Amino acid sequence: MAEMKSTVNIQNFEDAEALPKPKSKVKEFVKKFTKRKTAVISFIFIVLLLLAAILGPYIAPYDASQADYSNLLQGPSAAHIWGTDEFGRDVFSRLLAGTRLSLASALSATIVGTALGILFGLIAGFYGGWIDSLIMRCCDILFSFPDILLAIAIVAILGPGMINVIIAVAVFTVPSFARIIRSATISVKESLYVEVARSIGCKNWRILWVHIFPGTIQSMIVNFTMRVGTAILAASSLSFLGFGANVTEPDWGAMLSQGRNYLNTAPHIVLFPGILIFLTVLAFNLLGDGLRDTLDPKMS
Amino acid sequence: MSTPIVSVKNVTKTFDAGKGMFAKKTKVHAVNDISFNIMPGETFSLVGESGCGKSTTGRLIDHLLIPDTGEIWFDGKEISKLSQNEMRPLRSDVQMIFQDPYGSLNPRIKVQDLIGEPLLIHTNLSAGERLKKVYELLEVVGLSAAHGERYPHEFSGGQRQRIGIARALTVHPKLIIADEPVSALDVSIQAQVLNLLQQLQKDFNLTYLFISHDLSVVEMISDKIAVMYLGTIVETAPKKDLYAHPMHPYTRSLLSAVPIPDPAKKKERTLLKGDLPSTTNLPAGCLFHTRCPYCQEKCIKERPETQEIGEGHFVKCHYPICNEEGKNV
Amino acid sequence: MAEKLLDVKNLRTEFKRDKSWVTAVNDVSFHINKGEILGLVGESGCGKSVTSLSVMRLLPIGTSRVSEGEVFFNGEDILKVDKKKMRKIRGHKISMIFQEPMSSLNPCMRISKQITEAILLHNDLSKDEAYKRAFNVLKSVGIPDPDMTLNSYPHQLSGGMCQRVMIAMAMSCEPNLLIADEPTTALDVTIQAQILSLMEEIKEERDTGILLITHDLGVVAEMCSRVIVMYAGRIVEEAPVRELFESPMHPYTQGLIESVPKLGSDMTSLPSIPGSVPDLSVMPKGCKFAPRCKYAMDICREKEPELVAVPGQEHRCSRCVLHKLEEKEVSKL
Repeated sequence: MAEMKSTVNIQNFEDAEALPKPKSKVKEFVKKFTKRKTAVISFIFIVLLLLAAILGPYIAPYDASQADYSNLLQGPSAAHIWGTDEFGRDVFSRLLAGTRLSLASALSATIVGTALGILFGLIAGFYGGWIDSLIMRCCDILFSFPDILLAIAIVAILGPGMINVIIAVAVFTVPSFARIIRSATISVKESLYVEVARSIGCKNWRILWVHIFPGTIQSMIVNFTMRVGTAILAASSLSFLGFGANVTEPDWGAMLSQGRNYLNTAPHIVLFPGILIFLTVLAFNLLGDGLRDTLDPKMS
Repeated sequence: MSTPIVSVKNVTKTFDAGKGMFAKKTKVHAVNDISFNIMPGETFSLVGESGCGKSTTGRLIDHLLIPDTGEIWFDGKEISKLSQNEMRPLRSDVQMIFQDPYGSLNPRIKVQDLIGEPLLIHTNLSAGERLKKVYELLEVVGLSAAHGERYPHEFSGGQRQRIGIARALTVHPKLIIADEPVSALDVSIQAQVLNLLQQLQKDFNLTYLFISHDLSVVEMISDKIAVMYLGTIVETAPKKDLYAHPMHPYTRSLLSAVPIPDPAKKKERTLLKGDLPSTTNLPAGCLFHTRCPYCQEKCIKERPETQEIGEGHFVKCHYPICNEEGKNV
Repeated sequence: MAEKLLDVKNLRTEFKRDKSWVTAVNDVSFHINKGEILGLVGESGCGKSVTSLSVMRLLPIGTSRVSEGEVFFNGEDILKVDKKKMRKIRGHKISMIFQEPMSSLNPCMRISKQITEAILLHNDLSKDEAYKRAFNVLKSVGIPDPDMTLNSYPHQLSGGMCQRVMIAMAMSCEPNLLIADEPTTALDVTIQAQILSLMEEIKEERDTGILLITHDLGVVAEMCSRVIVMYAGRIVEEAPVRELFESPMHPYTQGLIESVPKLGSDMTSLPSIPGSVPDLSVMPKGCKFAPRCKYAMDICREKEPELVAVPGQEHRCSRCVLHKLEEKEVSKL
């Protein structure tokens, strides 16, 4: 290839071509995000949850499945800060252990659902035509069911167990992402730089992956955080109904379910898992709100 | 006698207006039966106002659009009927520079990756070799290697356009289609970019298809010019001829409408009456007859053929306005 | 003695950026007489639109402010009048037309409603009388079928027609001053010719003063009697139009005029101004044009020059130290 030497003489005025210092995108993001107190609190809460999930068994005061028949249904006390359940197991330790299970299942379900949703959304938006119609009609069918009913139906077909709960939750997560990514794809597809990519000679997959997909990520970040919240709720509900974890596993929903029988005498067994589920879902939702506001270029 | 590098023959392109299942089937007649040749090494300009079809023509030649009828020959091959896959290897020979310096660069990709992308697609160079070439090109267009690490939004319009030009040069194309490359730039920056384009043409032996609405710019940079109106070419001529002896009434009014930055040269403007007809409903007969100050009976009924008057000077008019120098009436 | 319509003195406008105020327009002074077209020329970011919005007090509240200066209209400082009075002036005594005619009109309202709204706001007329006036004013701007146009929505009209409607609306209350901010930039050149012709007619027939803001030197040469050149928020030169083009004094004006391709000249290349307009946040010390100026001297980089009247010439100023030097010193550069 010939060397590119040119006789172009664009006068070398050093100051003339100076660019302003690059603004760190990360710094800007953090600055904007930290203005929103509820979002920051939610973020901290979730980080604590994640830490609990990772470190759970090591910091728990008791073993989660250790029964203590001399201390059944004890209320909160110095020894057991959140009391004990019907087998004398420490509620706090069980919840800590359950955090790992609940978060892991919710996150994995959401991640799988998101990945599939992105794939279908990109294909539907990029190719259009009958593929688009097919994928969108399938999503419409899935959308027409309330999330929980759909999840129950899937678990009823596949059978109980955490893996199936994850599959069920992933399935009802797919349509919302497919739709969002499809709209974003359609709008990004019309951008001039995509046409430019085509004129350079990019193959379709490269256009999709390098040029279109990064432009769609922003639209789904918020939805992702919200869906994790929904997934936790759904997984807990399924476990509550008896479809998910079995009785010995320290799952939040399962604990709620078992605690029902002792609502009058030992409400703390229901109270603490319930509050935890509530706070976790709330935290994810508020985080999602905060992210959406932060990423909105029109808001300060 | 050299062969043209681009040969467009009777190309027509229509678009469907109205989307959705129940929309009326109206067609937008973007390009109507155009023909022209571009010789290697020359700058051929397509000039016209909005809606005349010049950008569509550029995209047809770059195979971003497929013509309805007609042929497009590039470098000895007929390309209008090629598939995307067949066209791909040829894309390194024809590159495009776009009007919008803000939209034509992907905002999420670093400048050096944007410029290096054609190399990634069309060559087997290693990442290091590609980067070296990118740095060379940045210098060629008057930017520096340090600018490669930045993102497009950090640059001004003129700088972005230069990045676009650098990208177009990476694979040594034979033809560059420049679609209004300076229209979105400030006046003083326009001059920078135009000078750059001219110098690059000399250094790298490029052929340009230059699309613009600005007659002053086109006069400076072109060898041959084709004037478009409502999707047809109404006049084609070498530069000096077109500006000295415009023969089509539209060309004449276009030239008279351009304001000259020299108060001493105030002139009579021939104002065209009315507005541009809609491209979904083309006038019968001569497409320009609704606004032509010299419209006659024949113009309303019959569409004129292109006639050659003078060497290389083509006009599509029943009554071209010829001058006194012996050219026929 | 020409009658002064608008007299702007030492205008300074600032914008809020990240908690601090950045100056967009600095020390801008000019006047417009009755029946005169004053051209305000500059490239993007020079502050010309901000200047006109400051005069009309149409700047966004909260993120911008006019921190200094006075704007005398018919003898009164309109920067200090109360909002009610200003609203009476806007649209009635001073009208404005903008660059994008299609977006300046409300897409959901018929043209008749939009024009009559403007008329009824400032005049005590019945709806029928207002419609009649709208009809007449559309006719006066050269619209062939005013009834049809009045019944249409903006998207049914072309860009040229929309701009005519805008001009009609602006003229419907017979203002003394018309501010036209890049009125033909978005239009084709043949339509531009029509609109410019129309504006000249308005000036002739009604003695309206026009502030014509544009970046197109050709338009300036054709339309304006006097010109102001702005760069980086400051006026760098003021001159009658002939003198500006024949002997520009400021290096930026010189560079600008030289870098514009002229139809009918035999030029094949253009001298250009290197670099680009500095960002508001990285304004150089001293003369704002110095980084791009081929005559730049040390003093230029240290201290910003004053806008000084050129001795011996009327209406002539320049913000450059060059013309202060003796002739022989200039030729040494």
